[in-house]
Parts: sequence; structure tokens; C-alpha cells
Amino acid sequence: MKPAPFEYFAPRSVAETLDLLARYGEDGKILAGGQSLVPLMNFRLARPASLIDVNRVSELDYVRPSDGGLAFGALTRHYRLESDPLVAERCPLLPAIARLIGHVQIRHRGTIGGSIAHADPVAELCLAAALLDAEIDVQGPNGSRTLQPDEFFLTYLTTALEPTELLTEVRFPGLPADAGWSVQEFARRHGDFAIVAAAAVLEAENGVCRTARVAVAGGAPTAARSPGAEAALVGQPLGTDAFAAAAEAAMAEADPESDLHASADYRRKMVGVFVRRALEEAASRVPNS
Amino acid sequence: MAEKQTVRLRVNGQDYEGACEPRKLLVDFLREDLRLTGTHVGCEHGVCGACTILMDGLTVRSCLMFAVQADGAELMTVEGLAQGDELHPIQQAFWDQHGLQCGFCTPGMLMTVYEFLNQAEKPSEEEIREALAGNLCRCTGYVNIVKAVQQAAGTLVETGGH
Repeated sequence: MKPAPFEYFAPRSVAETLDLLARYGEDGKILAGGQSLVPLMNFRLARPASLIDVNRVSELDYVRPSDGGLAFGALTRHYRLESDPLVAERCPLLPAIARLIGHVQIRHRGTIGGSIAHADPVAELCLAAALLDAEIDVQGPNGSRTLQPDEFFLTYLTTALEPTELLTEVRFPGLPADAGWSVQEFARRHGDFAIVAAAAVLEAENGVCRTARVAVAGGAPTAARSPGAEAALVGQPLGTDAFAAAAEAAMAEADPESDLHASADYRRKMVGVFVRRALEEAASRVPNS
Repeated sequence: MAEKQTVRLRVNGQDYEGACEPRKLLVDFLREDLRLTGTHVGCEHGVCGACTILMDGLTVRSCLMFAVQADGAELMTVEGLAQGDELHPIQQAFWDQHGLQCGFCTPGMLMTVYEFLNQAEKPSEEEIREALAGNLCRCTGYVNIVKAVQQAAGTLVETGGH
């Protein structure tokens, strides 16, 4: 099928975009990379009356150092995560997770802001944002605000973004030099949507876990950290027992739904398997572990 | 009907101008307005890869873009590969290795491989298969496509690239 008619705007600046959102945002949509929105429009599952195309808002296309971490303009394309040396140096988890997003043709167009704003529960960047407590900046008619992932992601494909607001920047912290990290994704084929994905960042002293971050996608309506898994790790020696307890806790917290691709029971089981695998790999990457 | 907008772009080194509604997909603009029917349109949701073209040097799905978004862009489509009657080494390799049967997926395959072999000189079979993962073929089982990419990689190294 082909998209239904819409009114098309191609602003050149954030200010112009915000003006258009104030006028047309209620029945309109922001078009960024279009890798999720255009399929929905082609199938007429989405029929926005107005389309505000931000692809020419070049002020939103950047990767900058920020407080030891990284600030990404919302329009920055996924492939920049794979190719920018600053990203690899400060947060090597991001290039690894970016390579799991669709295929290269998708990563050439898809944007960081678009992926976060779309809030697919199994999207890799939503998982990374949840895992690392990324800061999400949005601008609207009443100025700007910064949200944490647990405030921003509300449920399936739903965020705290108001119709007149624009996501402008996402900031990820750098990983500590002595941290071990891992991303593990379960998909039918390379590039498919994940059925379940898990990610972890561990710091340890003499083999005992000092800090733990564990996040899961596919176990709930949004990607989210697993407090139970993290609590099962901190203060424990990094090894089979702690990983099994953390995987158990993540499974207990998961509340997945059944769909075409997997039953709820199967997904919950896979949450346990992939959390354990992420912890094993993260632990193996802790220096002197 | 929404008002038509002017789209000016460069395809395979030639300038084109057309006018279309904003909702017109880039792939349909190429095929219907510019009569460049080499690019195929398959799934219309970015999964099959048949519509893959290069925009400003990067592969994109032309079914996931509107033509108006490509205003001012430089595109390369499958029509830009051959030099007159002489096939591009990638096309020749697909011919030699029987890397196609019905040919529907071939334009997208060729453009994906064109970009891939610009970056990878001696790719392993695993790397080739990963590079092809975004292009579906229902006929070949991929074995001969992988062989074609291997042959093309060899030819391009011998002849010094594209």
C-alpha cells in the first residue's frame, strides 16, 4: 500500500520545528529516519495529517563529549555509533549494541532520537538508555526538560513526550575503565527484532561485585533495569551462583506477553538465559577478573 | 490531493527534475516519474531490501523515504553500475555464478554488495553473509550469491576497485 496524503513540512531549525509542532503537533508526526514511521504509513497503520520532517535540522546531528560521557543530537544516525572513535573510547557498549539494530541500510537512516522516541520495547537503544540511565532532553513551547528513561518510557511505543515537544538530545555516561560490559540479544536472524535482549555493566574488586547494572528488553512493556538482578550481584563473588541468582530475579520481575514470535513463558525463560549470558561475558571483561 | 512539489536530484551522474505529492515514495518516484525501473519495490516496509539504492554514498531503503526528502541528493541505482554494454564486475560475477534466478532481489543485492566491497577487500564468507542479511532472496538459497560476491571481490582487487 501507499501512505495516505499528508501536509509536509521540512523545517531547518529547532525553533522552526517547535513552531510547526505548536500548530500541527496534535495531528502531526515528526519524521526523523523514518525506519519505523514510514512502514506504518505505508500500511496506513499511521495516517498523520501533517508530517514535520526534521532531516534538514542539521543542528541536531552531532556527537559531542559531555562530562566523561557522550551527547548525541537527536538526528544522529545509528551508524555513527559504530564508526565514531569517540563513542568506542568512552562507551564501547554503544557500538556493540548499534550493530544489532536492523541492517546497515537501516542504520544509515535511523536516528538515535527517533529510536528513543518510538519506544519499541525491544529496541536496542531503548535498552542502552535504560541500562545506563541516559538523560533525555526534550524541548517544547514552555522550554526544555530532561527526563530519565523510567520517566520517559511509559509503556509499549508510548513516551512522556507531549505532542508539541521535540526530543533534542540524548546523553549517555561513559563506562568506567575497569567495568566489564555485555550485550546479548536473542533474535531469529541477524537484524530481526529481538525477542529478548539483556545488557550488563559490572565493576568488581578482588572478584567481588562492587556495582552492577542489569537491564532487560522484551520482558516488559518497556526496556528497564532489573533491581532484583542487581541486588543479587552486589557484594557477591562474581561467579555461577551469583549469576544464577540474578537470572532468577530478572525472570521473577519479567512480565512478558505472548505474541506471534514467542509465548510469555518462553520469553521469561529467555530473560533468565540472556541475563546469565550477559553477566558471564561482562564478568569476563572486568580487568583482573 | 496535496499539492505537488518539485524534486531535483542527481541519479547516476545525470540531473533530473520532477514534481510529485509529498507522500510519493522515493522508489516509486524513481520508477514512475524518472522511468528508472531497475530499482524494484518489494515489501514496502524495509525488510526485503529489493529497493536498496545509494543516497549520498550510503545504502538506503528507497521504500522508506519520500521523494521530497531526496531533493538535492545524489543517488546511485542499479542502472549506474554497467558502463554501456560492459557489465560491472559485480554484475558479471552474479551472471557467472548464477547468483540470481527470478532476479527480483538482484538490484538491491547488487547495490548492497557495491557498498560492501568498497569497504571490504577480502571478506570472509561470514562477513559476506552478514552484509547480505538485509536483502532477501526467495530463489537461490544464497549459496551462489555468496560465490558471486567472492568472485567480484577477487576481480575488484585485481583491477584496483570499482
